[in-house]
Amino acid sequence: MFSYCVDPKTLEGFMWLSCYVTTAKHMSFYFSFLVVMGLLSLAAPLAMAFGFAGATATRSSLSILRSLGKGYLAMIRGIPDIVFFLFIPIALDQAFEYLRHKVLCSDVTEPIRQGNDFVVCASAKLPLNTASEWVHDIYGFSLALLAFGFVFGAFAGNVLSGAMAAVPKSQIETGEAYGFSQRQVFRRILIPQMWIYALPGLSNLWMILIKATPLLFLLGIEDIVYWAKELGGIKTGVYEYPHPDWRAWYFGVLMIFYLSLTYLSQSVLDKISARLSKGQATMAGKAG
Amino acid sequence: MSSCFQSLSDYGLRSIGFGERLLPKSDITLCEQFVLIGSGMIWNIYFAVFALLLGFFFATVLALGKNSNLPLFSAPCRLFIFIFRGSPLFIQFFFAYDLFVILPRLGFDIDLGFLVVTVETRWLTKAWLGALIVLFFNTSAYAGEIFYGALRAVPSQDLESADAFGFTGIKKFRRIIWPTMLRLAWPSYTNEAIFMFHATTLVFFTGFPAWQQKGDAIYYASYFADKTFNPFVPYPIVGFYFILLTLLIIGLFSLINSRLNKHLPTNERKRLRFNKYNLIR
Repeated sequence: MFSYCVDPKTLEGFMWLSCYVTTAKHMSFYFSFLVVMGLLSLAAPLAMAFGFAGATATRSSLSILRSLGKGYLAMIRGIPDIVFFLFIPIALDQAFEYLRHKVLCSDVTEPIRQGNDFVVCASAKLPLNTASEWVHDIYGFSLALLAFGFVFGAFAGNVLSGAMAAVPKSQIETGEAYGFSQRQVFRRILIPQMWIYALPGLSNLWMILIKATPLLFLLGIEDIVYWAKELGGIKTGVYEYPHPDWRAWYFGVLMIFYLSLTYLSQSVLDKISARLSKGQATMAGKAG
Repeated sequence: MSSCFQSLSDYGLRSIGFGERLLPKSDITLCEQFVLIGSGMIWNIYFAVFALLLGFFFATVLALGKNSNLPLFSAPCRLFIFIFRGSPLFIQFFFAYDLFVILPRLGFDIDLGFLVVTVETRWLTKAWLGALIVLFFNTSAYAGEIFYGALRAVPSQDLESADAFGFTGIKKFRRIIWPTMLRLAWPSYTNEAIFMFHATTLVFFTGFPAWQQKGDAIYYASYFADKTFNPFVPYPIVGFYFILLTLLIIGLFSLINSRLNKHLPTNERKRLRFNKYNLIR
């Protein structure tokens, strides 16, 4: 980075440190913070979409849809989220490759599952073996994103269906009395009124979403945990910047990063909830 | 069927070091997956039960501390709760493990006057102790916040009646405040207990090594998924075990809940309802 970094062995003190924290690997480490932020900003709307679909399904008039929705919302109560994070990316990957194999290589007669192997033809591989590195990265990230959306969608679905149930019944009956159809009641009365009831749950959800982002590491993404392990490990003399085991320091930095992120979020969310409860007929609204 | 009994005796207690030394490598049967993953559940239960039992008392202390008027008590409790609730458990595991690793290896002596206790710091890097400490602190912080909220919600009439009856100090706390606090906190605390069981699945994915492949349920499940390249069998098995466990916790906690609500008239009793849970920790 700096001109004096050519021979780090001769450097000392602050000069050494300034060169150390600007190496190419450290730049990847800083970039991975952006990956976390990117995941947060994409996973939140995706989870909302999944959750909204789930919550709507539980109120459907079709019994199949209803039980599917209820099952989706209930599963997260019984099964640890890590199971889904490990299961969904690999299951989706195999499902995609299976479908592509069936379509693209219909002439291949050998079974896909051969003993302990999962064999699809070369053109059905996802991404293709010939694809460049960044395609593999994007593909892995998208699978991870889908897993996050699915799991947190179940959480969000619980919050939203609770909020829908909390909208006063008289509001809905009034709508019906005015001759609104089911769809109109849903769109014009239920949805606009449920947000205030959903807000505490959704704030909480945002906080646990933040705290779930390091699980990207389990999905084989080179995220902040990966780089903290990589950079913090003992570096012997053969490295340019030898140092003892510094992993505790690196993870200390991650702790501070997450603590400030949750602290910041909490203060913003508190402001939003104060703003939204202004003028509402609740205790919080009256106090302000 | 006989081969199933064989796998049960080979791998039933594999996670704590009894039975067959090598894990199944080829021709993995459904039985082996069921038995070995079930054997791993021993660790999940061990971690969660001890963390919850110890954490329950520490959480009460934290809640009382946070509620204290003296900043000397309330500030450290607030900080502790903030640190453990504000950062991911996953990072806490890594951070704690790496701290334990750089602690002096040999252990140090604590002189109690009549006997000298040697604290072996190397045990801290083992999952059974190190991860348990992290989980214990984590659940204490979450439960502490729950208890703190419940403590603030104890009706003032209860306290006034206690004063009127001349209850003070420890007696007032033990007879009046504490039971009401627990009763109010119980639905959220049940939720916390469920999530503590779920959180134990993270242990062996962090720094803590699974020594001699003695791991928890999800450690074996991901082992099978890697070996067979088929995620559709082992992960649903883990899910099955955890659903059973969750139902068990709910059963147990609703028994305690009805004990806590026993003195109330029937229409004021709060029943633990599964679908009413505040789901999120």
